[in-house]
Amino acid sequence: MTTARYARLLVQINGAVPVALLTFAAWRDRLGYNPSAYLLRTSGLLALIFLLLSLCVTPLRRITGRNFFSLFRRTLGLYAFFYACLHVLMYLWLDQGFDLLNVPADVWRRKFILLGMLAFLLLIPLAATSTAGMVKRLGAVRWKRLHQLVYVAAAAGVIHYALRAKVLETQPMLFVVAAGVLLGFRAVWGIGGASHSRKSAGRVG
Amino acid sequence: MNGNIPAREITPRETFLSRRRLLQTLGIGASVAATGGVYAWLADPGPSPYRTSGRGPREGDGGGAAVSMADTLTPPETFTHYNNYYEFSTDKRDPALLAAGFKPRPWSVTVDGRVAKPRTLDLDQLLSLAPAEERVYRHRCVEGWSMVIPWLGFPLAALLKAAEPLAGAKFVAFTSLLDPARMPGQKSSVLRWPYVEGLRMDEAMHPLTLLSHGAYGEALLPQNGAPLHLVIPWKYGFKGAKAIVRITLVDTQPATTWNLYSPADYGFYSNVNPSITRPRFSQRFEDRLGETVDRRPTLAFNGYAEQVADLYRGMDLAKDY
Repeated sequence: MTTARYARLLVQINGAVPVALLTFAAWRDRLGYNPSAYLLRTSGLLALIFLLLSLCVTPLRRITGRNFFSLFRRTLGLYAFFYACLHVLMYLWLDQGFDLLNVPADVWRRKFILLGMLAFLLLIPLAATSTAGMVKRLGAVRWKRLHQLVYVAAAAGVIHYALRAKVLETQPMLFVVAAGVLLGFRAVWGIGGASHSRKSAGRVG
Repeated sequence: MNGNIPAREITPRETFLSRRRLLQTLGIGASVAATGGVYAWLADPGPSPYRTSGRGPREGDGGGAAVSMADTLTPPETFTHYNNYYEFSTDKRDPALLAAGFKPRPWSVTVDGRVAKPRTLDLDQLLSLAPAEERVYRHRCVEGWSMVIPWLGFPLAALLKAAEPLAGAKFVAFTSLLDPARMPGQKSSVLRWPYVEGLRMDEAMHPLTLLSHGAYGEALLPQNGAPLHLVIPWKYGFKGAKAIVRITLVDTQPATTWNLYSPADYGFYSNVNPSITRPRFSQRFEDRLGETVDRRPTLAFNGYAEQVADLYRGMDLAKDY
């Protein structure tokens, strides 16, 4: 196994650790005093963490000058999508009792959910076009432009989390700050902008 | 450089590869352990109580009775360890730890405003006003979880009557303790301190409205609002002020803490109502803590409509939420 393949395998395996532990805890009925709230919060937190980790790849590449980290981006992004799916499923089940007809009205009335849903919907085309084949079919430039939607998804996701809290709380604010730094990095370095160099076309920040 | 390594000391290809595989396997194991550790720290659910095999109410259960057949007492450790008490912390697991040294005695309560007999009572005088009764009430938090709690206390009406309300008394304002040294959450300005709450006079005088000083057969613990916690079972839990130091009868609707913070989410009345969605909360369902994950439909007035709906006759509850 090459170093590159091994490194990617490491990320693939580790991304599954939280869902494995969460499933085990659920099976043992160890989800705290309020299992519904815990499942909703934990799945959402994991989605945001993997989304922000995937946004760390380009800054790390720029700072270290090594392309090594790009190996992890797709895996991290797909895990973000996976945990976001889990989070939406928990919302539909635990918050809405699978009353799907009521969901559009609920999403509209509760604006923090509207933002969260926006983030989730934006991740769908990104996950669907995550294969190398899709990069070819779309062409690197168009693919890259499409995948800039991840910036909007990340911003919507962390604001969704911050607005959900009843009062200003520390942890959601840390996520907002982290997303702000990661997106601000791109604004300052001009990554993802039209003036981006050709050399790394196809490797969206 | 390698010219002086004898051929016999060169690691055979098979050994080299199996060593590499061993290291790779160890690397996977170590990284999984590290990820698991970070996850366990980040997503610690805290202790989990035993669960009752409760079920949600079904068609035909009704909801008029104070406690229906479908209500099982919430495990006491859930009541004492899952606390919304921002005077101590915004994390529900913290008040049980942070309030451990809080001494609810000596304590005094001032009853004033539009009363014939304003006065300040110490806790023993206050408790001797009326005999303690046990009342098993459903408790519904605005966040969507609920408990069933056997409170000890007496109707607030007994205290108010003793002070002899004057004709101009239309509302009752409650003030909780302000003491950042004893309540560390008050050092943070997440809410405006002290916590203030209020009821309309007829709500305050209603026989279900309980001034509680105990639960589960014991005196209230500090994290549960000791020594005095107001319980209004048809309203969301935040309406029930804790650690009350002052009760003032007034002629106009008093300011209330959560309403000041976000009027769109928290109305003055805040009666439990499944048909009103506010920006943060959908109230259609609730989680009865201590049961298996099983959503119950929220009941109008938390199931106490038969006793209290008359108080709101002629009001538009979508407007006066």
